[in-house]
Amino acid sequence: MAEEIKKEAPKLFKVTIDNKTIEVPPGTTILNAARMIGVEVAPPAMCYYSKLEESGGRCRSCLVEVAAGSTADPRPMPKLVASCRTTVMDGMVVNNYSSERVLDARKGVVEFLLVNHPLDCPICDQAGECYLQDFSYEHGKTAASRYEFKKRIFELEDIGPYIKLHMTRCILCYRCVLVADQLTEKRVHGVLKRGDHAEISTYISKAIDNDFSGNMIDVCPVGALTDRTFRFKNRVWFTKPVDAHRDCDKCCGKVTLWQRGEEVMRVTSRKDPWAEVQTIDGKPAWICNDCRFHKKKINDWVIEGPTVISRHSVIAQGHYEGMIKPKETLPEVMGGRDPKLLMDIRKVSGVNSVDISQLPGPATSETFKKKEQ
Amino acid sequence: MGRKLLLDKAHIENIRLYDVYRREGGYRSVEKALKSMSPDGVTDEVKKSGLRGRGGAGFPTGMKWSFLAKPEGVPRYLVVNADESEPGTFKDRYLMEFIPHLLIEGMIVSSYALGSNRSYIYIRGEYAWIVNILEQAIAEAKNNGWLGKNILGSGFDCEIYVQRGAGAYICGEETALLESLEGKRGNPRIKPPFPAVKGLWGCPTVVNNVESIAAVVPIINEGGEEYAKIGIGKSTGTKLISACGNINKPGVYEIDMTISVEEFLYSDEYCGGIANGKKLKACIPGGSSVPILPANLLLKTAKGETRMMTYESLADGGFATGSMMGSGGFIVLDETQCVVRHTYTLARFYRHESCGQCTPCREGTPWLENLLYKLEYGKGKMSDIDLLWNVQKNIEGNTICPLGDAAAWPVAAAIRHFRDEFEWHVNNPEECLKKNYGLAGYADPINVPV
Ligand SMILES: Cc1cc2nc3c(=O)[nH]c(=O)nc-3n(C[C@H](O)[C@H](O)[C@H](O)COP(=O)(O)O)c2cc1C
Ligand code: SF4
Ligand code: SF4
Ligand code: FES
Repeated sequence: MAEEIKKEAPKLFKVTIDNKTIEVPPGTTILNAARMIGVEVAPPAMCYYSKLEESGGRCRSCLVEVAAGSTADPRPMPKLVASCRTTVMDGMVVNNYSSERVLDARKGVVEFLLVNHPLDCPICDQAGECYLQDFSYEHGKTAASRYEFKKRIFELEDIGPYIKLHMTRCILCYRCVLVADQLTEKRVHGVLKRGDHAEISTYISKAIDNDFSGNMIDVCPVGALTDRTFRFKNRVWFTKPVDAHRDCDKCCGKVTLWQRGEEVMRVTSRKDPWAEVQTIDGKPAWICNDCRFHKKKINDWVIEGPTVISRHSVIAQGHYEGMIKPKETLPEVMGGRDPKLLMDIRKVSGVNSVDISQLPGPATSETFKKKEQ
Repeated sequence: MGRKLLLDKAHIENIRLYDVYRREGGYRSVEKALKSMSPDGVTDEVKKSGLRGRGGAGFPTGMKWSFLAKPEGVPRYLVVNADESEPGTFKDRYLMEFIPHLLIEGMIVSSYALGSNRSYIYIRGEYAWIVNILEQAIAEAKNNGWLGKNILGSGFDCEIYVQRGAGAYICGEETALLESLEGKRGNPRIKPPFPAVKGLWGCPTVVNNVESIAAVVPIINEGGEEYAKIGIGKSTGTKLISACGNINKPGVYEIDMTISVEEFLYSDEYCGGIANGKKLKACIPGGSSVPILPANLLLKTAKGETRMMTYESLADGGFATGSMMGSGGFIVLDETQCVVRHTYTLARFYRHESCGQCTPCREGTPWLENLLYKLEYGKGKMSDIDLLWNVQKNIEGNTICPLGDAAAWPVAAAIRHFRDEFEWHVNNPEECLKKNYGLAGYADPINVPV
């Protein structure tokens, strides 16, 4: 690109986030600077998606405090700012996890995101790889909900043959709208109405049918858009992700297969540590609907090896990086013996020695105390 | 009698027509600017005048103009914000309806200063009949050579277009307005970039309120310094105030910013006092988004000084004991009005008008409404008052656009100054169902930790 060839090396901006300093090119956002430093200081992001233009700024989960604007103008910014949409200045000092004010505001954002959320994780396909779960776990209040009014509810809707819209779970991050805008030639999907009535919809129930629409499922941070070919088939943490590829004339053909035994349960794009689609050969590796929905046989694919899962802990069970397995198997260790019971907990506690049906009233701790004497 | 610069001629018969308007000295400022001043010269005059934006935020107009980026070969735009949807504010409507040529004249001069060859009026959808009035004024101006190509032989071209909104308050927010004007959904943009750099169709744009642009006419006619002589401190010139509520003479008044709130409220020239011989309880001095003030803090500041109808004086004391000039919607409540009910009504409005883009406003405004409904209808608990405080606090300052703040501030101010009335609703659930008003008499301000 022409802009990148400059005579002078561009000046780097120095920015300090949670007491860690890094030099980044001008134009970098606070969020991306923090991601360069590492996971410990990266603010949570529910709506920003680095591969989609105009994303971010909406969910307010990435709010940070700017303690000093720049070396030239070291005044603090009065309001918390959305780190995903605020670019760094030279000498900027940012407080993220080190600021009570920020953590407080995030608690508020989590609470707001949950007031209308159905909390139906037990039956939600996204559970286990849901950003709202992670965000509320890391930043939410521990107390019970203070919201006592009716939650808003929407009917389930099929948008196109492959995607289920569960609007009740939507956090209106606009990522899917941006996918529709930026990846597909003809947009038939957007936001209708406003305020808490706003909803994602295809215009007049027009179905989404176009080669890259499936990527909406991948960008959705919650379970509002799910894969109809995978719905209720399995919990994600029971499936085993492997990287695979095939020759595809529509997309890069580089995917993650989620297998249960030999069966391919679902196909997704490959994710980076921020749960965004990976950049492969300098381009976001979006995948086409053919690869995603129609190639569900293992011999459609060339398997490359296990997927490295680093962030979403539930799925990472059994996929730890650098895990050392013992050489011997359990029977080898036992040398042919059966495992031995070390202690019979019932006997030791003495609970079973009381016939509860013979008691005149309910059993209490007194019932068992007497026995011990 | 205070001076009138905008509405002094508004009641001359047929002033809506070009011939009458011209005969009364109309379009002189265009002649003066285009024949004897440079565009930057006009901007300088506006800077000297100290004119502050009349749309709500009070940002100095001349300074805003000088921030406009001027890259080569890129068009620039002036957009007039006539969306006026703030409850209690109806001054722009009056100006456009009675003396439309004043706005058109101001727009030509301002467009010249900014280098805008196509300028837009974005008008509230409900003002359908005013669209016709403006269209007629534009056609007349064009027929008489004030619009079109090479105006007055100066080489400056200008066209003005009117665009109707579709009834959303949020489209008054300047970036939402630009989105809507581009034909998109009226969601506020995430700033930066600001409109002065990337506005309409990605080009540098100035968005100004109707009254701000109309004020450019007297500024050019009389000179910025003359204009700045009117008023006190940084509140220069005249301001339109739309007064409503329990007063004897509701209406639109032009004040020069030298009078006290007391004079405005009680003198026969303006509001004419509280209606039906009742007592004043509270007032929202600047449109529904600004904090409500109890009677004692309305007429005097916390320091005991007389409160004046100026930007500074109305804001004196910050949000703890002051309010804001805002858009000049002066809403008066007498002793029979219930602040809880009133606040509930406002919360309903903001809930309805939130665009739903950002989390705190989308989810927080319905929560505010629900809690206030509960309190107003006698089902509230004491802890709900604290919860209400906490929810508004979580919204304020954490949103994309100021609508979130505008929803939070009235609630905060109501609790800050009228907590006893909220508590009365909790303690007297049956009584507050029977009658629709709260505590009679004056509410004393109560200290709530901010
Ligand atoms: C929710 C919201 C609604 C607004 N509505 C209006 C409006 O109806 N008219 C207006 O002039 N300004 C309105 N504003 C203020 C504008 O964003 C902008 O500040 C103003 O048009 C600038 O003009 P001025 O500098 O001449 O005051 C609104 C702001 C917000 C946040
Ligand atoms: S459906 Fe998903 S991706 Fe789309 S706006 Fe809602 S949460 Fe975001
Ligand atoms: S504060 Fe409210 S109106 Fe403004 S952008 Fe956010 S949701 Fe929309
Ligand atoms: S990630 Fe920054 S506001 Fe959503």
